[in-house]
Amino acid sequence: MSALTSRPTAANAGRLAAVSRRRRNAKLGWNILGLLVFVLAAFPVYWMINTAFKPAKDAIDPKPHFFPWPVSLENFHRALNISDFWGPVERSLIVSASTVVIGSVIGLLAALAISRFAFRGRKVVIVGILTVQMVPLVAMIIPVFLLLNQIHQIDKLSGLVLTYLTFVLPFTVWTLRGFIVNIPKELEEAAMVDGCSRTGAFIRVVFPLLAPGLVATSIYGFIQAWNEFLYALLVMSQDHQTATVWLGSFTTQHGTEYAPMMAGSTMMGIPVVILFLLVQRKMAAGLTAGAVKG
Amino acid sequence: MSAADTTTTQVPPPRRHSSPPGRRPGRARATRRRRYLLGRAATPWLLLAPCILVLVLVLGYPLIKLGTLSFQDYKKPQLWGFKPATWVGFDNYQAILTDHEFWSVVIRTVVFAGSAVILTMVIGMLVALLLQRVSGWVRTLVNIALVASWAMPVVVAVTVFKWMFDSDYGVVNWTLSRLPGVDYTGHNWFASGPEGLSVIMLQVVWGAIPFVVITLSAGLTQVPKELEEAARLDGAAAFGVFRYVTFPIIKPLVVMMTTLSVIWDMGVFAQVWLMRGGHPEPEFQLLTTYSYEKAFGVNDYATGSAIALLTVLLLLGVVAVYMRQMLKIGEVE
Repeated sequence: MSALTSRPTAANAGRLAAVSRRRRNAKLGWNILGLLVFVLAAFPVYWMINTAFKPAKDAIDPKPHFFPWPVSLENFHRALNISDFWGPVERSLIVSASTVVIGSVIGLLAALAISRFAFRGRKVVIVGILTVQMVPLVAMIIPVFLLLNQIHQIDKLSGLVLTYLTFVLPFTVWTLRGFIVNIPKELEEAAMVDGCSRTGAFIRVVFPLLAPGLVATSIYGFIQAWNEFLYALLVMSQDHQTATVWLGSFTTQHGTEYAPMMAGSTMMGIPVVILFLLVQRKMAAGLTAGAVKG
Repeated sequence: MSAADTTTTQVPPPRRHSSPPGRRPGRARATRRRRYLLGRAATPWLLLAPCILVLVLVLGYPLIKLGTLSFQDYKKPQLWGFKPATWVGFDNYQAILTDHEFWSVVIRTVVFAGSAVILTMVIGMLVALLLQRVSGWVRTLVNIALVASWAMPVVVAVTVFKWMFDSDYGVVNWTLSRLPGVDYTGHNWFASGPEGLSVIMLQVVWGAIPFVVITLSAGLTQVPKELEEAARLDGAAAFGVFRYVTFPIIKPLVVMMTTLSVIWDMGVFAQVWLMRGGHPEPEFQLLTTYSYEKAFGVNDYATGSAIALLTVLLLLGVVAVYMRQMLKIGEVE
């Protein structure tokens, strides 16, 4: 292709023009298909926001309104007042934040162990952590419930934090390991040659470099804990439900009031989407860290 | 160029530790280093201890408990400690395996998860390939939409789909009724199991595609352009290029994504639960909801556990493939 275009002789200029026209047409076709994918992928998100911001009576007009005009916040008022909204949100925040803090500390230590130390059984630990991620949590719900019942953690936020660690921890360890591996060991060694202890070298050299990765991992873990539904449904009682269960029961109790429900969904979903957009690139980098061959 | 390459972390290129084996000083240093590290063998285990402790407590112990429970009689009295759990051997399994309802749930689950996985992978692959051909601004738009739908909490997404497929005011019924000769006004999507599960599947696939597309797109950028071009010059058609050049390179990624999708789609719970308002009808039951209902609906924890365990066994075949991949990673590490 490049060989052709570099020698635009008069003879094949016409043919080249035809080829490029055909290519432009093909590109147009692909772009149209791409836009179609965009519309299909984005539609549910758009429809949620659209419904949330229009007056409730427009939402149940048999002829759909495709733009929220006039913009109205009445659905948000209704969603906030229909039942306790801030209680569940507060509980979700407490649970997610505790899970992430505990998970990050424990996870960081474990990640350091498997990325910076050579020891017997390291391979077993790595495979173990990867395997644990494969355990379907739904299947574990009965024994976990009985365990929490035994140690009196039913209907307690601490019990929920404990169960959330099962999926936040393995993931945190694996991702942080990816970030740590990307930090050259030489930096630490140089610091140790200059008289730092191993711990000192870590705190002064590795930790600052790791911080952005740690933040990204934490945010991702936070999102996962915030979104969790099944265990929250089972462990917490009606009076202490978390935000996801709140939205879920919004469905069952006031089934027909879709407009306020979309307002509730928007309030729960949009912060998560924004957080996710912030860290997604970083996370992808961490997950595939070093996977690309040099 | 093997499976492990795309999935493992390898040492970035400019590193002096991984000097080629032939070079003497490098090896000597490595040996010294190993001895030094062995001397501090306890440190990594100390660092790992809290992590392992938590995982054993909330994952290891329940896993064993799941096994023992399924061979016991464990109902409400046992839960409250009025009666000790008694061993009943294979009674629970016998009762389940001879139950017609169980088998129809199994078939439903396999069909549901299988179709969802195939749809997810095929559409995901097509979109990933499409993204290579569109202009930059279209790609950006699609990526934003994908990341947004990826990030949507499942509960929120389910609520939105329920609203879109509402029989009276749903936008889907309205749109379908615009088509000539089609009248979906007031159509109830959840009146029948297969149709309702199709809507649920649509939601699952919609939520699963972004991850597949974004990962496969990243994989596709690693396919050397020269290889594809060479195949094209040799006269391969577009499909041939994909089949014989592109696909073999990204195959490890595809295998991984498929395995993960199987695990996730077999574990679908919240979607069914929420779409059916917390009480899935018999023709909506999947293995997950079925096990949950047995345990927490009728308080038969033992039967619920046995069903959960059978689900895990069903998954094991698929996971075995994935495990092999993981073991390879362990070897490279």
